[in-house]
Amino acid sequence: MIKVDAINKSFGDKVVLNNFSSNFESGKINLIIGRSGSGKTIAIKCMLGLHEVDSGAIFFDKRNFSVINDIQRKKIRKEIGVVFQGSALFDSMSVFENVMFPLRMSERMSVREMKQRVDFCLNRVDLKGAHDLFPSELSGGMQKRVAIARAISLNPKYLFCDEPNSGLDPTTATVIDNLLKEITYENGITTVINTHDMNSVVDIGDHIVFIKEGVKKWEGDKKNFLSSKNKDLCEFKSSSKLFV
Amino acid sequence: MYFLITTGQYILFLIKIFSRFESRRVYFPKIIHEINELGMSSIGFVAFISIFVGAVVTLQVAYNMENPLLPTYLIGLASRDSIILEFSPTMISLVLAGKIGSHISSSLGTMRVTEQIDALEVMGINSASYLVFPKICATIIINPFLIILSIALGIIGGWLAGNLTGICPTEEFLLGLQYEFIPFNLAYALIKTVIFAFIITTVCAFFGYTTKGGALEVGQASTKGVVYTSILIIICNYFITHLLLN
Repeated sequence: MIKVDAINKSFGDKVVLNNFSSNFESGKINLIIGRSGSGKTIAIKCMLGLHEVDSGAIFFDKRNFSVINDIQRKKIRKEIGVVFQGSALFDSMSVFENVMFPLRMSERMSVREMKQRVDFCLNRVDLKGAHDLFPSELSGGMQKRVAIARAISLNPKYLFCDEPNSGLDPTTATVIDNLLKEITYENGITTVINTHDMNSVVDIGDHIVFIKEGVKKWEGDKKNFLSSKNKDLCEFKSSSKLFV
Repeated sequence: MYFLITTGQYILFLIKIFSRFESRRVYFPKIIHEINELGMSSIGFVAFISIFVGAVVTLQVAYNMENPLLPTYLIGLASRDSIILEFSPTMISLVLAGKIGSHISSSLGTMRVTEQIDALEVMGINSASYLVFPKICATIIINPFLIILSIALGIIGGWLAGNLTGICPTEEFLLGLQYEFIPFNLAYALIKTVIFAFIITTVCAFFGYTTKGGALEVGQASTKGVVYTSILIIICNYFITHLLLN
């Protein structure tokens, strides 16, 4: 479980996250939703330690990520998989090398075991024949699937996805959503996804947190989400054609 | 103020590069790769420039030594010293700052804006050390070879120009090359080269690594990297010369 406890983050005078708290449970898909610029990506980057929080704490299964040193952070980071908005695949490496990379750096497996794990991960995301292709040769959906394969290669306990559906057509977006859902349930991962895609909310959201201008405005499950009368949430929902 | 902040950030960046190394097994293949990417690919370029500039240096020296009282072999001597002391280590380093430096800045800048550096950090890897340390090792290893090659080709270019135009026959040029040769001059050139290699790699890497924004900012980082590297090379050139030759 990931516990975010009253975190604040500002850039200069601009407050990006204001007293943001939530619990993200294991084996569930936790969605952070909100408009562009509402602070979703910064919230995830704070949880990953890519931005230091100004105040507050982030706990990974009771381990306070905000106060530990680099070596202890490194240990926790080995348990984290991330799918970035733009996939963030290494351009100079093939698909196979991209997925192999975290395994090679973790130095826990033999070469044979690593190759088997890469094959397993690529099969899992349905990219069997793409081993030797380079990121520039892949479509957006394939890049996302490679990014997911790379993120799960080390069997992470926590999976973060920053807008996994951005730039994808609705069909491919559904494929990615379903893949994330299956991986989360199969392995009991704590998955946190940033999105403003209403289809994702309806299809895969177990626990939903709605942010507006850096402030948490609403939190609950999918059932409550659909029936909630929260003014800000209703405004957000009404902007989606799905709810018109 | 900007200068102080940037200098502070640069020093912190250097500390990050030289702390929390990954295992040696990770760096070795990367250093070999960088030697090929940064050094070997520059050989043709360096060779081409060196031959022509060596020839021009010889022609200019000859042009300034038309006095019949001055022996012709001085053309070879002056060309040799110009090439070893200044042209090869400094001018070629400036040229490499443009070629290697812009490559380093733009590749790291692109990695930054496409979140590849964030991806490395999230995997628990010290991205500065992983990405930049092999480049520093590679340029420190390969640049001295490039400069030695440049010196040799510059002198050959000078000899060709002198010989083909008839302003300095081969015997005279060879005599000039050997006359009162000071071996320390070569050491001086190589010391300069190593320091310049460090500056080229770290300054350009710094501007690439700290890029914020998109494609436009990557281009700006690349330009900044080359400009600041060139300025630093010129300033360091003065101080190194003052320290080593005076």
